[in-house]
Amino acid sequence: MTVENQRAGVVVEDMDQDRFPAGMRVLAVDDNPTCLKLLDTLLRKCQYQVTTTNQAVMALKMLRENRNKFDLVISDVNMPDMDGFKLLELLGLEMDLPVIMLSGHSDTELVMKGVTHGACDYLLKPVRIEELKNIWQHVIRRKKFDSKVQNNSLNEDKACHGAGDSRLGVISTLSADQDGKLCRKRKEQNEDEEEDDEENEHENEDASNQKKPRVVWSVELHRKFVAAVNQLGFEKAVPKKILDLMNVEGLTRENVASHLQKYRLYLKRINSVAAQQASMVAALGGADSSYMRMGSLDGFGEFHSLAGSGRLSSSALSSYTPGEMLGRLNSHASLVLRGITSSGLVQASGQNLSSSINTLGQIQPTPLPSNQSASLFQGVLTSLELTQLQQSKCTSSTGDFNPIKDSRGFTAVSNGFSDTRVTVGSSTSLLPGASSHPLVLQGNPQLPDDRGAFVNQYSLGVASLTPDTFDIGGGGCSNFLDHSNNESWQSAIQLSRFSSNAVPLRHELHIKAKMGRTQTGLQSKLEPHCQYQKFCGFCQWYNKSLGPQFGPK
Amino acid sequence: MDGVVQLQKQLVDYIASLFHEGFLDEQFNQLQQLQDESNPDFVVEVVSLFFEDSERLLNELAKALEQKTIDFRKVDAHVHQFKGSSSSIGAHRVQKVCIAFRNYCEEQNVEGCLKCLQQVKHEYSLVRNKLETLFQLEKQIIAAGGSLPAT
Repeated sequence: MTVENQRAGVVVEDMDQDRFPAGMRVLAVDDNPTCLKLLDTLLRKCQYQVTTTNQAVMALKMLRENRNKFDLVISDVNMPDMDGFKLLELLGLEMDLPVIMLSGHSDTELVMKGVTHGACDYLLKPVRIEELKNIWQHVIRRKKFDSKVQNNSLNEDKACHGAGDSRLGVISTLSADQDGKLCRKRKEQNEDEEEDDEENEHENEDASNQKKPRVVWSVELHRKFVAAVNQLGFEKAVPKKILDLMNVEGLTRENVASHLQKYRLYLKRINSVAAQQASMVAALGGADSSYMRMGSLDGFGEFHSLAGSGRLSSSALSSYTPGEMLGRLNSHASLVLRGITSSGLVQASGQNLSSSINTLGQIQPTPLPSNQSASLFQGVLTSLELTQLQQSKCTSSTGDFNPIKDSRGFTAVSNGFSDTRVTVGSSTSLLPGASSHPLVLQGNPQLPDDRGAFVNQYSLGVASLTPDTFDIGGGGCSNFLDHSNNESWQSAIQLSRFSSNAVPLRHELHIKAKMGRTQTGLQSKLEPHCQYQKFCGFCQWYNKSLGPQFGPK
Repeated sequence: MDGVVQLQKQLVDYIASLFHEGFLDEQFNQLQQLQDESNPDFVVEVVSLFFEDSERLLNELAKALEQKTIDFRKVDAHVHQFKGSSSSIGAHRVQKVCIAFRNYCEEQNVEGCLKCLQQVKHEYSLVRNKLETLFQLEKQIIAAGGSLPAT
């Protein structure tokens, strides 16, 4: 079981492009010697280069020594020295290798767990050679996705969360009208930097093909990283600044950027888990407000489900509890997505939320019952329609939302998974629990409208913030991909289960969001919007849960 | 070379009967197909590994079930391993017993587990004998100058 180097002991490329998938380097981990031998032979039959080990610890060591040595990892789930899922997560965090899980169990929950932990695939024993013949696709896919996302994150970072990518750019421009100028400036900046980013991307791509010392994100390093992110503020956490704060020799901005990306992905996943949990709690019934909370989380969860990572699932969530999530979060060197995790916590209860927030210690906003969501929202929504929110007369949250104005945060978060879903979702979940939420929500919808591009994916996230979140936003989210129409928006709204009892004020904002126009044209929008009142989930919910507290303007 | 032909026929029939009686399943065919010039003793190697591993697992299982307070999770882990390895080589009947065994573990049914342990031991020794006979036959054929029949 030796790794045969293709070139005189020097691994020049990750993959031998000519012969690929032959020669793909696989690391197989399984404590069962019979299965390991079989796997080894099967993989060799597929013409892969195989290294085997029966210890997860050994595998980790080998990978840490030289990440570039392997293209793919296949690991058993049940291992004595380390849980397969744990290994999977570590591999995902520390190095961007595709990992395939292997198990004799075919329980749906386990498969789900594998997926949520980031596994590319889940195979059942006994493994068949036909399945192994196709595993190389995961390597290709990962590489493609990585370079794309890397580009996005690079752009974003350079643009100071402005988003070098056109879509990301939209997000930044999506920030409230008040920030319009600023955003435009940023956009220009981004455009300028886009060139640089592209160059960087090329460099990265080339670099990835060349022998380059990979950074191993040890616990220590990651701790520094998280500390830096928290210090900066999640929304403001730019790779450059993080790098400076970390002050680690030899660490490049690119390293930090890609790690930040993964971190966000992780938080998103956690968040969705929490959100789903919230939705599950919601499903168990609760007050309107709590339902709202859950609904939003639910939407959030669904939202996340729609996310590209595709790791979320309610079943996976079932394995989490808020506390557990916290634990998990904390265990991952406080990999806590402030806004997002808090959103997950929101579901627990106001108290839990504050305590969770405190526990997490990373929630920027002050954890107040009424403001909690706002603060949480703050953390997440950053670039989201803060101005919108403020305009939406979120009294309690207005002040809080100020910092959120920073569109960077939004994009920054969204970069985690190349779209703003994360932030959106998290903000969504934050919304519940505060009377200002509806307003906040309303503010959000505007995002997609204001900037077309944003709507693509990011609007999805925003959409989730809106009434959809109160409902199963999942369905709605996908609809939002269509930026130019509010139709998707509407449909999303229609998805909500609420009856329509629109309050002019809310509808105002709602319309704003839907129509994507400024307040000035609001009045005229009331009419068009009214036709949605019947299906406007947000209004329905709002009415139901909060009653006519917010009377007509 | 009548003897060789006869032996070869014997081997084929024997393997067929093993499949027929459920001792082996399709997975064993896969193993045989993986055997080639670059890997001439693959099946023997894997099966030997299986024997070794199984002995160990059976011992562990016996020990675990003898305890005053049985740690069912541990028992389950061992059975799971056994199930994995037996399914990997195609020891069909052993695998089936393992599945039943795991159910008893989940129910924390001591009697059921003990019963299954006996059963799995029995099935294991059966399939072990069968496979050893099979390998003997193969050795004889090769010794007589013949080649193993294609699967």
